[in-house]
Amino acid sequence: MSEHIMSSKLYYTIWIALLCLTVVTAAVSFVDLGRFNTVIALVIATVKALLVVLFFMHVKYTSEKLTKVVIVSAIFWLFLLLVLSMADYATRLLS
Amino acid sequence: MSNSPVTVEQHGPELLHHFVDAEQQRDAATLGMWLFLGTEIMFFGGMFCAYLIYRFWYYNEFAAGSRSLDIWLGTINTAVLICSSLTVALGVRAAQMGKRKLLVILLLLTIVFGLAFLGIKGVEWYQKFEEHHIPGPSFNVDDLVKAYPQIHIDPRHEQIYFSLYFAMTGLHALHMIIGVGLFVFLTYYAWKGRYTPKYYTPVEMGGLYWHFVDVVWIYLFPLLYLIDRKPLR
Amino acid sequence: MSTVAITAEREHYLNKEYGIRSWLLTTDHKRIALLYLISITFFFFVGGFFALLIRLELLTPAGDLVQADTYNKLFTMHGQVMIFFFVIPAVPAVLGNFLVPLMIGAKDLAFPRINLLSWYLYVIAGIIYVHCILTGGVDTGWTFYTPFSTAFSNTKVIEAGVAVFIIGFSSILTGLNFVVTIHRMRAPGMTWSRLPLFIWAHYATSVIQLLGTPVLAVTLLLVVFERAFNLGIFDPNRGGDPLLFQHLFWFYSHPAVYIMILPSMGVVSELIACFTRKRIFGYNFVAMSSIAIAVFGFLVWAHHMFVAGISLYSALVFSILSYLVAVPSAIKVFNWTATMYKGSISFTTPMLYALGFIGLFTMGGLTGLFLACLGIDVHVHDTYFVIAHFHYIMVGGAVMGYLGGMHFWWPKISGRMYPEGWGRLAALLVFVGFNLTFFPQFILGYLGMPRRYWQYPPEFQVLNVLSTAGSTILAVGYVLPMVYFLWSMRYGKIAEDNPWGAAGLEWKTSSPPPTFNFDEAPVVTWEAYNYEEIPAPAEVPVEQ
Repeated sequence: MSEHIMSSKLYYTIWIALLCLTVVTAAVSFVDLGRFNTVIALVIATVKALLVVLFFMHVKYTSEKLTKVVIVSAIFWLFLLLVLSMADYATRLLS
Repeated sequence: MSNSPVTVEQHGPELLHHFVDAEQQRDAATLGMWLFLGTEIMFFGGMFCAYLIYRFWYYNEFAAGSRSLDIWLGTINTAVLICSSLTVALGVRAAQMGKRKLLVILLLLTIVFGLAFLGIKGVEWYQKFEEHHIPGPSFNVDDLVKAYPQIHIDPRHEQIYFSLYFAMTGLHALHMIIGVGLFVFLTYYAWKGRYTPKYYTPVEMGGLYWHFVDVVWIYLFPLLYLIDRKPLR
Repeated sequence: MSTVAITAEREHYLNKEYGIRSWLLTTDHKRIALLYLISITFFFFVGGFFALLIRLELLTPAGDLVQADTYNKLFTMHGQVMIFFFVIPAVPAVLGNFLVPLMIGAKDLAFPRINLLSWYLYVIAGIIYVHCILTGGVDTGWTFYTPFSTAFSNTKVIEAGVAVFIIGFSSILTGLNFVVTIHRMRAPGMTWSRLPLFIWAHYATSVIQLLGTPVLAVTLLLVVFERAFNLGIFDPNRGGDPLLFQHLFWFYSHPAVYIMILPSMGVVSELIACFTRKRIFGYNFVAMSSIAIAVFGFLVWAHHMFVAGISLYSALVFSILSYLVAVPSAIKVFNWTATMYKGSISFTTPMLYALGFIGLFTMGGLTGLFLACLGIDVHVHDTYFVIAHFHYIMVGGAVMGYLGGMHFWWPKISGRMYPEGWGRLAALLVFVGFNLTFFPQFILGYLGMPRRYWQYPPEFQVLNVLSTAGSTILAVGYVLPMVYFLWSMRYGKIAEDNPWGAAGLEWKTSSPPPTFNFDEAPVVTWEAYNYEEIPAPAEVPVEQ
């Protein structure tokens, strides 16, 4: 883990950004954008998650590659579960 | 390495004997915590998989169930957790800089935010209890069926939404409770002066855990609360 | 040779402290390995007891030993005990715990207290499961399929589910410990390419444990909730999908079979190298194939669901992937065989187990390919063909690897030699007994005898009798090592540091090792399996 001491200003900035994104995602859900509502909600959630992971959890500042490998692997594995399961559900009616 | 005590400059009681030096110990703890968080991603992930499939199958019921959740409380709770992540991050920073009193205050604030989250969640769950939306013998979604006459709501499928809602938020809340417990310990030891700029690993690790629980909620909020809030035609 | 306890004069991990507290509160990975040895051996006999009852019932076509419902409990608990409480922990928690720090030159695992916690989780899970057995048992099949397990079974499903949930965390913590240890605590000079293949195998196994077990845990949690609160997540009458349970269950349980086999493959690599006195042929391929098995193993789970109702297109995809997953395993078999070419082979007990492994694992693996073929699977799914297939891998493979490893490292663990003659006899009995038990089951399955049935048509009786006869021989083969290992602790020949003349850091310290493993921290300047530099033992140690 990095010894780099982050500036508290940066933390406050991220905090404000996270709060703003929260308000945005809640507000946008009231607007009818069809299928995009879900996409936007997940994109905003991912941006928020990235802010927490990269800055609050210091992943942006760590020199340890293994940390990033672990995070990416876990997320990738989750996607394996979701995608390969959906491969069954999405094609059932085609059979 | 002989069995005699290791004589390393920075050796304090916190250096465990099976490690070569403090850096190895910290690197091991960090990797261990990240691996554990990886397992937690898969742990919650199983429920996300169930959610994904049933949301596709029973979109109407999921949408109706989502609307019945209190978006204000959900948004406030999200903000509460974000504030708690801030205090955690500032707390780790305080530990890095050796500011004991500040660290204790920030850790206490984190606990307060965590308890606030749990309290609000409790209120939400109680609301669901009063509305008879908790799966079980008294489960009844006639109110939703009546509220959305334009779509067909099957109570059996609605029950699946609420089962997943309680399972996912319940598992999350359990992790929050564990987190609060952890932070109580961290606060006590911080107050005792155990954490210094040379050794604050437990604070850092506790922080990683807390941030992770926050990230889970960051996804739970839109998936459970914001499925379909469009104005009804 | 003298059997006087010279070892008492030198301090090592066994005599450093005495008393029950020094064992129950130990953080020494070697002592924890022995704690695990005791617990998994206990459960091996519990699972074996259920197997015995199954084979007794199947001696006759009629259901005349136990009632049908009881038979359901027998095969369920045999499976759950053997899989969760024996095969999954056996090699990693006993041999892995003992050897990983030694092999990489570390003083202990990265998290010794978490190591102890993982054993206590095992014990707690074990107590819960034994209570479950004694108060009625569980009859859902080891696979907990819904909606029977959630809505219809009248047995202790929740208890069994909770026990497996807890032991899952024991497994996760072991895996976590190994990954961190291997990454962070290798001795100076111990680069990744100098690691014994045993370590590569355990690393790959640990990755599977970390990524797969949590999904099983949350799935069982949902089953327990569903049953306890009458939910409908998996209930087709309420719009739930039983196949969702199966997807989530097999997402773990297929990789779980690689958790069971990979560590034994690691053992076999060590045994083949030592008893041919050669570096393993194709070290890089064998190491990478362990990683490949871990990764590909996650891509094939729905081959357990070919006839369950998944879409034909996804079945095609999973079938192709199931063929691919055999490739890295085959690579290992070819490399082990190539290692033996022009090697200096000695047929010690561990080598007999290793050779048995190669043959029997290959048969099990090949029959897995039969099952990967959709057309064949439709015919033999849920028959004894499947049972024979997985027992060839898990018993002919994994358990024989475990036994081979126990014999090989017994001198290191206990400071004593086991009696070689008895060792070879037991190995032979295991091999003969195993084949007699399970080969007839391939034929039975092909002829159509379904699994999990408590009675069968009379024309299947001869094969069933052969199978039961084989199982008694197998049982003797399993009991013998228990007896002579215990005997050896008192009367066995005192072992030297390196009785086999084997490569590996664990053989450079005394037998048994001191508590902190090495008197001086090792610095590695040689490649793995440097047998050209290690003199063969004057004679292969044989105690008559």
